[in-house]
Order: sequence, then C-alpha cells, then structure tokens
Amino acid sequence: MTLLPTRPVATPERTASTQSAESAGSAQSAQSAESTQSARSAQSQPSPRERGSRGRRRPRSLTIGLYAMLGLVFAVFAVPLYWLFSSALKPENEIYTFPLTWVPSSLEWGNFVEAWTSAPFGAFLRNSVITTVVGTALEIGVAVLSAYAVAFVRFRGKMLVFAVMVGSLMLPGHITLLVNYITVSSLGWLNTYQGLILPGIGSAFAMFLLYQQMRQVPGELVDAASIDGAGHLRRMVSVVGPICSPMILTATLIVGIGKWNDFVWPLIVTSTADMRTLPIGLMFLRSQEGYDSWGPVMAGTVIVAAPMLVVFFLAQRRIVGGIVSGALKG
Amino acid sequence: MTVLADRRRARPRPPAAPRRRSATRTRALLREGLLFWALILPNLAAIVVFGYYPTLYNLVLSLTDWDFVQPAPVLVGLDNYVELLRPGSVLADALRNTTVFVLVTVLGTMVGGLAIGALLAQRLRLSGVVRTLAFAPHMLPGAAVGVLWLFLFDPSYGLSRWLFEMVGADSPRWTTTSDFSLWAITIAYAWQRLGFVAIIYYAAILDLPRDLYEAAALDGARGWSLFRHLTIPLLSPITFFLTVTGVIAAAQTFDIIATLTNGGPGTSSTTLPWLVYEQAFVSFDIGTSAASATVMFVLLLVVTLVQTRVAHRQVHYS
Repeated sequence: MTLLPTRPVATPERTASTQSAESAGSAQSAQSAESTQSARSAQSQPSPRERGSRGRRRPRSLTIGLYAMLGLVFAVFAVPLYWLFSSALKPENEIYTFPLTWVPSSLEWGNFVEAWTSAPFGAFLRNSVITTVVGTALEIGVAVLSAYAVAFVRFRGKMLVFAVMVGSLMLPGHITLLVNYITVSSLGWLNTYQGLILPGIGSAFAMFLLYQQMRQVPGELVDAASIDGAGHLRRMVSVVGPICSPMILTATLIVGIGKWNDFVWPLIVTSTADMRTLPIGLMFLRSQEGYDSWGPVMAGTVIVAAPMLVVFFLAQRRIVGGIVSGALKG
Repeated sequence: MTVLADRRRARPRPPAAPRRRSATRTRALLREGLLFWALILPNLAAIVVFGYYPTLYNLVLSLTDWDFVQPAPVLVGLDNYVELLRPGSVLADALRNTTVFVLVTVLGTMVGGLAIGALLAQRLRLSGVVRTLAFAPHMLPGAAVGVLWLFLFDPSYGLSRWLFEMVGADSPRWTTTSDFSLWAITIAYAWQRLGFVAIIYYAAILDLPRDLYEAAALDGARGWSLFRHLTIPLLSPITFFLTVTGVIAAAQTFDIIATLTNGGPGTSSTTLPWLVYEQAFVSFDIGTSAASATVMFVLLLVVTLVQTRVAHRQVHYS
C-alpha cells in the first residue's frame, strides 16, 4: 500500500526563527495556529506561496477577499455544527417556527432527558464504550504482536505472510458482510459482545502503521538488549514498545474513532435495543420520534457525536498529524 | 561496538564443531519460526476467518438461491448475475447512482478542498480555528452527520428553507422526492469529507520545496500562474492518493444513506453498498446480495488498478 507513512510521526517543533519574518506581525493566536499543526516541523514555516512574494505586501483588496473567503469556509462548517448544538437546547416552540430562531431564548435540557428516556441511551452508551474499548485494545494488541513479529523475528517467509495480511486492505467491507453474519450466527454470537467485537479485530492497517514505525527503531538498540539476554518478549515490552509508543497511541486513536463510528456491522449483528450501539440507537431514535421532535433527536445526535468531538479537540494534533503524515509520505 | 558485534554475528561461524553448532542453530531458528507464528496468529486468523474466507464464500453464495430459512443454499449457477445484469434491473440503478455519488463527491471535495487548503495556507488570522472546524465532521459518526443533515434538509423547519427563501424559492423536499434524494446524500457526504481533503492539501502545500518557488519567483511567475504551473503539478501525488482513497471510501458509504434516505424513495438513492445490505437483510435474497457484492468488489478492484496505471504515467513524483 502506498497510503501509509514510511517514517515516524514527529511532534511539531516550532523553532523561533521559522515563525519570525512573516507571521510575527500578525498576532495569530498561538493556540489556534498550533492546534491542527500536522506532523512536520516544516509546516511551521510560512507557506511557499507567501514566500514567493516575500518583500511585497499583499494588496489590501486581496487580503479582504481572502478574509471573505475564509469567512465563507468558516460558515460552511460552523453553521451546521452550531445548528446541531443550538437545536438540541432549544425549546420545542422555537424549533417549529419560521423565520428560524438562531439563538434559543432559554436552554432546554429537557431534550436530552427525553432522548435519554424515549430510547435506552444508557444501554447504547454502555455498548458503544464496551465495543470501542475492548475492540480497540484487541485490535491494537494483535497489531503490535504481528508488527513486531514481521519486523524483528527471523523467519524466512515472513514478508509473504505480511503481504497476505496487508492485502486484506483491498477487501471492501461489504463483501465480507453477509458471510460474516452467517459465521457469527452459526457460532451463536448474534446479539452478543463477542459477535460485535471479534470480527473487527483483524488489523492490516494498524499493523502496517506500526510495522513502518518499528523499522525505524535502531537495530543496535534491539541487538544490545538481546546481547543482554533479553528474549523477544522483553525486547518488545521494554525496548520496542516504549520507542513506538507515540505511534501506538496515534493508531489507537484512529482505530478507536473508527470503532465508535462503526455502523453497518453493529446494525446487522444486533437485534434488540439493549445490545445496540449509539449510532444504531440514534437511527432508531430518529425513526421512532419521526419528524415531529427534532429537539430530542438533535440531543441524541449530540450524545453520539460529542465524545468524538471531545477526543478530537483533546488530541487533534496527534490525530491529524497521524492521518496527514500517512497521506503525505505515501 | 554494537555494530562490530552485529557484524561478527552475521558472519558465518567457523566450522569448529559443525554438527553440534548447526543443531543448536537449527533449533534456534525453529524456535524463532514458532515464535513468529505465535505472534502473528491472532491477527492472521482474524484476517483469514473474517476477511479472506468470507470473500471466497461470498463468491460461492452468489451462485446460489437462499433466504436464511431454507436448510441450505441451492445452486443456481449464474442466474443471479443474469438477473442483475439485465437492463433496467435494480443493479443498473444502483450503478448509476453510485457513479454519480462517487464522481460528484470526489471531484467536489478535491476542487473545493484544494481551494480551501490553499486559502488556509495563507495563514490568515483565525485560520487555525477554521482548520479545526473543517476537520471535525470527518471525526463524527456518519449516522450523526446523516441525522443532522436530515434536519438541515427539512423543508419546513430546516436551514434549507431559510437558504431557499433568501432567493425567494421553496426548499426542495430533499430526502423524500426521487429528484433530490441522491443529491441529499451527496451533499451530506461531501460536507463530511471536504475538510479532511482541505487539511491534507493544506499540509501538502506547506510541505512543498521552497527553493522551487524562489526560482519561479525570480523568473517572474506569481499568483495564479505559479499556482497553476507549479503548485498543482507538485501536488499530483497527493491528488492521486486522495482520488484513490476518495473513490474507495465514497463507493462504500452506508451510514449517511441509512440515516438520510434508506436508499429511497424507490431506488432513487440506492447505491451499491445499500443494495447489498437491502437484498440480504431486508429482502433476505442471499444469492442476489452476494452477486451484487461481487460486482461491487470487482468494480472497486478495477477502478483501483486503472487509477494506479494512469498514475504511473501522469503523476509527477518529486
């Protein structure tokens, strides 16, 4: 696969000098400037297009035009998200009015109560947390073990085995859906946690990501450990693991977000409300409440979306950095 | 020192006591081999059992007739394919819808994403906030995006009505009329992906080699022509990556469709993944669903291979 990083994701190191010339004057909020910084320190340098015109100031009309476009882009993303959160908090009569009410006159937390009680959101949340946490732990676990095996254990045909595993990235999810359903059903795992979790733990993507990282571990370090008598297990746990821990964390976040957002598999493998995960529960809440109660439905949507937004805001540099470096170093 | 030690170990050992040495070596290698399989087994087993085996068995099922209820699938040869490939079949609708959906979302997010990425690379004040906001939808569950857009599209109380009233028109009934349902899922999905593409382009633009730009500036190139003749060609590997991954992701989109339109009305927003799901888990027509899945698989494979071949000729790798 050409999509994945061939070198470690470094944390951005902003040097004072790279910032200086162009952007020193513009009091860009350091917080926001760094927030979505991606992997490379190169990115803290001013953009090439700007550099191309170094020394010339941008004409005022162009600056105004650029800010107008930035405002438009902001609106495209901010308005729908604002609408989501504000509608979740609006009293019912302010949702069903036209012209629209942009700012709720009072905050109506009852929407959340209604969403929570009209569908078993407590069970959905529990199921989502269990499948995400256990599934991610298992997937990252098997990915670390197999990546280590390919990177460090001597075995003649290992690259062939590796290629077979990575090749599974080519299989679209929908071609395995039907047979996996039949398999899980004949194991008696329908509507169970093992049925929800186990078919998803095979990991070509995370294994590949970690393998690429492990190849960067200096061989001398691993050799030194083995001369000291450390077996493979010790080497994995106390040498390779710590060195790769940033990438393991990045992979954990990306895999975990994927599991939380997973839709079609939990949809077909669960059949009762108490086993559904949040995205499926949201769909059923919507069809139950129909078009007459957008307040509770938006509140339910916030419950489903908010954990991912929180994770993203807390770890966005790592998440975006991991995804971006995967794309750039193809 | 470790390097020396390393080299010494790599060199073949002196043949002092050949038999015994080689016996221990063989045993060590055997042990490494066993360890390799032990470490790789959990992952390999999961990939084979839930990845390769279903792909193959799906092919078998596509030659059968089954409804989950009959004791066993009945072989019917190529009947399912013949039925599906008949002109005017539901597969033809799904192929057409999938093509429109994929082309519009991929092209739209690439063009829009490149423009936004270039804009963000200007490092205007507050562009950091826009970067964060733009990427956020990519993190959300598709089901949440779908339900949010269902409300935005609501012709009576959604933002759609507000937008259309500004130009003095009525909002289309996006999700409930067959003229608009495909556009509804297209817009919602493009919104979710746009910021992701923009951030990738943004990072790629900042990563371009500056000396080329200095040289081009000396030659008098600037503004649009610089962008057109230098930036866009230099970005072609990224464009290629985003096209391939974009096509594959869009062609498999399911959650937005399930929450917005359920593939309807009729088949007006039925794409291949929805068709595969509906045939198997709504109509319980296992053989036909398996055949549709096979068609989808082959098409995705062909698209990927063609794109890769085209890329070899046209992508500029620096």
